[in-house]
Amino acid sequence: MIEFQSVTKQYQGGQPAVDQLTMSIDRGSITVFVGPSGCGKTTSLRMINRMVEPTSGVITVDGRDVTSVPAAELRRSMGYVMQSSGLMPHRSVLDNIATVPRLNGVSKAEARKRATELLDVVGLASALGKRYPSQLSGGQQQRVGVARALAADPPVLLMDEPFSAVDPVVRDELQQELLRLQKDLAKTIVFVTHDIDEATVLGDKVAVFAVGGRLAQYATPEEILRAPANDFVASFVGRDRGFRHLGFTTSDAVSIHPVPTLVMSAGQFAGDPAGVTDWQLVVDADLRPLGWARPGTDSELIPGGSLFRPGETLRRALDSALSSPSGQGVAVDGDGKVLGTIRAQEVLGVIEEARQVRQAAL
Amino acid sequence: MEWFLANSGMVMGLAGQHLVLALIPMVLGLVISIPLAQVARTHPALRSVVVTASSLLYTVPSLALFIILPSILGTRILDPLNVIVALTIYAVALLVRAALDAFDSVEEDLRQAAIAMGYKPWLRFVQIDLPLSLPVMFAGLRVVSVSNISLVSVAALLGVGNLGMLFTDGLQRNFVTEVVVGIIAILVLALLMDAVLVVLERLLTPWTRAAKASGPAAPSAASYLADANIHTGAAP
Repeated sequence: MIEFQSVTKQYQGGQPAVDQLTMSIDRGSITVFVGPSGCGKTTSLRMINRMVEPTSGVITVDGRDVTSVPAAELRRSMGYVMQSSGLMPHRSVLDNIATVPRLNGVSKAEARKRATELLDVVGLASALGKRYPSQLSGGQQQRVGVARALAADPPVLLMDEPFSAVDPVVRDELQQELLRLQKDLAKTIVFVTHDIDEATVLGDKVAVFAVGGRLAQYATPEEILRAPANDFVASFVGRDRGFRHLGFTTSDAVSIHPVPTLVMSAGQFAGDPAGVTDWQLVVDADLRPLGWARPGTDSELIPGGSLFRPGETLRRALDSALSSPSGQGVAVDGDGKVLGTIRAQEVLGVIEEARQVRQAAL
Repeated sequence: MEWFLANSGMVMGLAGQHLVLALIPMVLGLVISIPLAQVARTHPALRSVVVTASSLLYTVPSLALFIILPSILGTRILDPLNVIVALTIYAVALLVRAALDAFDSVEEDLRQAAIAMGYKPWLRFVQIDLPLSLPVMFAGLRVVSVSNISLVSVAALLGVGNLGMLFTDGLQRNFVTEVVVGIIAILVLALLMDAVLVVLERLLTPWTRAAKASGPAAPSAASYLADANIHTGAAP
């Protein structure tokens, strides 16, 4: 457990960057610091591993004051991932991952062996190990950054906007990957971001910082979206918070309907799309969705919307239905095969039911 | 050509002496400049002092330095040590700035990453700062190499053995061939040294060629050449 006790950081002649911060961070969970720029979230993170020394106050990790441990030793017990991957350009990917074990005196061979295992853990091919960081894509570099932070198996992981420099698709992938990893690893992760979406997706708890380094609200993401503590949090969370809040409700109650399909082969739809009056889903030979055929038109393929997998949240379900040209969200199984479709109307019905259940419980 | 073939042994001998007189100061200069630049980089107040002092040093005329040094060092005027000390001073003057630029070329993010991983300062300097500054450092070294090889010839005026003797001798005897051979020999020597440095850099910085995307542009040798010309112009 990491504990801040009235921690203040004040740079010479300025406003405090962090003002009387008191909070405790649960062991084995992801805690996200979120807020606008200049709110002290990164400063707070960097005080945990003494990259920044507080002006006053105490930070303890598992009851031990961080200033009682030599800085270099303390830092080796905490993995650190930063926005620019921070990988050493003159070292191979494997040697980058092996850095902290090497600093701890582990032999080169052993450290590299461990590094190779970690490549697999973060979902990279072991062949990439011999490359230099500049030969990897941005997303791959961030994965290596995570592998490097995990190399010495530290109990704490500090992540400073690690996914903010990659494109949205890769970011989404990396977020899911982090959640998957965390299921097995159960590290104490402190994650800094300015993106409230990212905060609510990743955080077990979210700390919203306001400008001037004050903690505005510290709660579960669900609660922050449902009941912002004040105007600042409400405005920071933004106008889509009602929609985002759906990300915390399961979609088990949404029913899946059968859908007429056309099989695409050799660039042609089998059957006669012109003869039907309903949207038809075009699939490949393995029943994976390709797009939609508009009723009563020729063989034009209309791109589909986002896919929905049973078990995902209501947010995904609703987005899938709303983003589909046919008004029907496509549900697929784990292999990507079409299961059927879901309707926006029905998703909204489920949302209303859930609200009534919540209301009855109060 | 006939003259060169007849005297090739003598020319080669002078070239060897010339090379030693140019190389030793370059190595010494590097050994002195690196810690000096690191201290200047970490102490902003010292930085401007070091940069200004190194520029001033380089404006001292080489011939004057060759003549003053014996009285300071207590050496004889013909002692090659005078040349080595003088050229080391010039090498330091150029390399301190080159080394400063080289250390500045290391991205701050990487230093932060190294600190965050638990590097202690000394190990970080050796394992991160030094290797990453090599590309810019080599640009500076190549300038010093050319500058030194050129400056050594001035020492011939004092009678210290090197290829510059071909100039003084050729002038006295009004024998143009000897001067031309001297110029060509110095040029070849400078080109060879440059080639050696280029190969050395390639061997020591394999990662720079692996990069598809280029990093921040490194200051090139050209920015130092402007200074170096002051002195190469002074050579006979």
